Amino acid sequence: MSQGWVEVCGVDDIDEEDLIRFDHDGRTFAVYRSSDGGYYATDGLCTHEQIHLADGLVMDEIIECPKHNGRFNYKTGEAMGAPVCVNLKTYPAKVEAGTVFIAIS
Amino acid sequence: MSKIIIVGGGECGARAAFALREQGFNGDITLIGAEPHLPYERPPLSKTGLASAAPPQYVAGPARYEEARITILTGVPVDTVDRQSKLVRLSDGRKFPYDQLLLATGARPRPFAGVSGDPGLGRICMLRNHGDAVAIHEALAPGKSLAVVGGGFIGLEIAATARKLGAEVLLIESSPRVLSRGVPAEIAKVVTERHRQEGVNILCGEQITSIATENDKVQILFANGTTRLADIVVVGIGVIPNVELAEAAGLLIDNGIAVDATLRTSDPDIFAAGDCCSFPLSHYRERRVRLEAWRNAQDQGMLVAANLLGRGLAIASVPWFWSDQYELTLQIAGLSDGAATTVRRDLDQGAFILFHLDGEDRLIAASGIGPGNAVARDIRLAEMLIAAKRRLDPEALASPKTNLKKLLAA
Ligand SMILES: Cc1cc2nc3c(=O)[nH]c(=O)nc-3n(C[C@H](O)[C@H](O)[C@H](O)COP(=O)(O)OP(=O)(O)OC[C@H]3O[C@@H](n4cnc5c(N)ncnc54)[C@H](O)[C@@H]3O)c2cc1C
Ligand code: FES
Repeated sequence: MSQGWVEVCGVDDIDEEDLIRFDHDGRTFAVYRSSDGGYYATDGLCTHEQIHLADGLVMDEIIECPKHNGRFNYKTGEAMGAPVCVNLKTYPAKVEAGTVFIAIS
Repeated sequence: MSKIIIVGGGECGARAAFALREQGFNGDITLIGAEPHLPYERPPLSKTGLASAAPPQYVAGPARYEEARITILTGVPVDTVDRQSKLVRLSDGRKFPYDQLLLATGARPRPFAGVSGDPGLGRICMLRNHGDAVAIHEALAPGKSLAVVGGGFIGLEIAATARKLGAEVLLIESSPRVLSRGVPAEIAKVVTERHRQEGVNILCGEQITSIATENDKVQILFANGTTRLADIVVVGIGVIPNVELAEAAGLLIDNGIAVDATLRTSDPDIFAAGDCCSFPLSHYRERRVRLEAWRNAQDQGMLVAANLLGRGLAIASVPWFWSDQYELTLQIAGLSDGAATTVRRDLDQGAFILFHLDGEDRLIAASGIGPGNAVARDIRLAEMLIAAKRRLDPEALASPKTNLKKLLAA
């Protein structure tokens, strides 16, 4: 069921090469701003032990989980090795008039 | 075809087995473990696992071993390693030849010398494996009294979980404070206060002479002549590396199976990794250490896989550890003993980090505590700053305004 685009925040509410937690409709997402100014979104909880990724560290294209440093590529959602083995779901993100939107399906 | 045997189905052995395949090894991989289960995570055993006595949290399900063509034998310890004929003998008499061997035998709890009575009654326990966790869980209930001997991580985590289950908890530590190994006093103080707030009775600087079952209770006798009774006692006074197999095979032992920076033992065809081995740590002037930490078991499992394949990589990771008690998480990167300066950085929600620097203002360790994952990001960055060995301004580190990521990039 597609819910279409949902407003997340202003473009500057996310620092460069950083992420924020975004809760919507009982679900949690992580929304990223890459160092080259792109915006991305994934599920907000680590697939290892359901920890919020928003407290983690973004470097290059990787989000590192704060709990046991499990790593994912946040652009593709790919789990990058132990202890995580299940990928993150990703969602399209876009910017319109200084506002970040993500498409939740 | 080349045969690699891994002895020890714990975190490290399992990680090494998968990493061998991920890194392109095509030969036979056999993982032999003494426990009846597939490899599982130990950290939950004193945390959520103890709270619920749920089945173990497996490192991977059976299908993933099959997919990766890893032969896994559980419930059979390896009894001997015959280095001349290059084979291992199992307790059930089976023999398996190897070309290369990995010992990932882990560690076991250090028993308390003064235990008497029948520990088989399940009232005097130690915690290392899933069975231990189930036994302790079953003995705990609201109103039961638990005495924990030892104020290290395991003891404190058990105390926190037992309070959650409604048991009365007494924790006895022989040193003047809890967490006296590797954790700064400032952090130990936060931990102690939090436990006391929850009603844990913490006694420090108290020597115990004996622990004995007595009817349906356990009696603890102190050096000062006083006694205490509890329904159940858990002893958590450290671990002993499992070196017997290696020792009998004539390998060099030095506070664990002695390995070089590539995790190779004194026999070129045998490697050792994880809790069972001691190794030179390059970030700390090649000082020989043995780490008892989950990330180390994982990192070394992956590194040793590369080296079994001839890559010859030296250990480069910085020690890293975490513990959860109540809502608090503590994380430590590096080794803080020998620090010349320590500065404190205060974060939101009462969380803080201590940065430990050497005489040349290089970061050697960072210890942090706070609710949830409040310290995680900075500790992770500190770990990278330690590895970078760069000189840093202690005042800049202390200021919460300083972005550590920028320091790393600078
Ligand atoms: C209760 C508990 C909580 C913990 N919590 C944390 C935490 O919060 N954070 C953290 O960083 N670390 C924690 N740790 C430490 C972490 O779990 C260990 O460092 C890690 O498990 C070490 O992995 P290993 O594979 O080297 O050894 P182990 O996990 O001990 O595995 C070794 C395996 O080898 C088997 N074995 C031994 N001898 C033989 C033989 N001759 N033949 C066949 N098999 C053999 C053993 O039965 C065992 O299954 C905790 C440990 C425990 C016990
Ligand atoms: S919870 Fe994310 S790596 Fe474990």
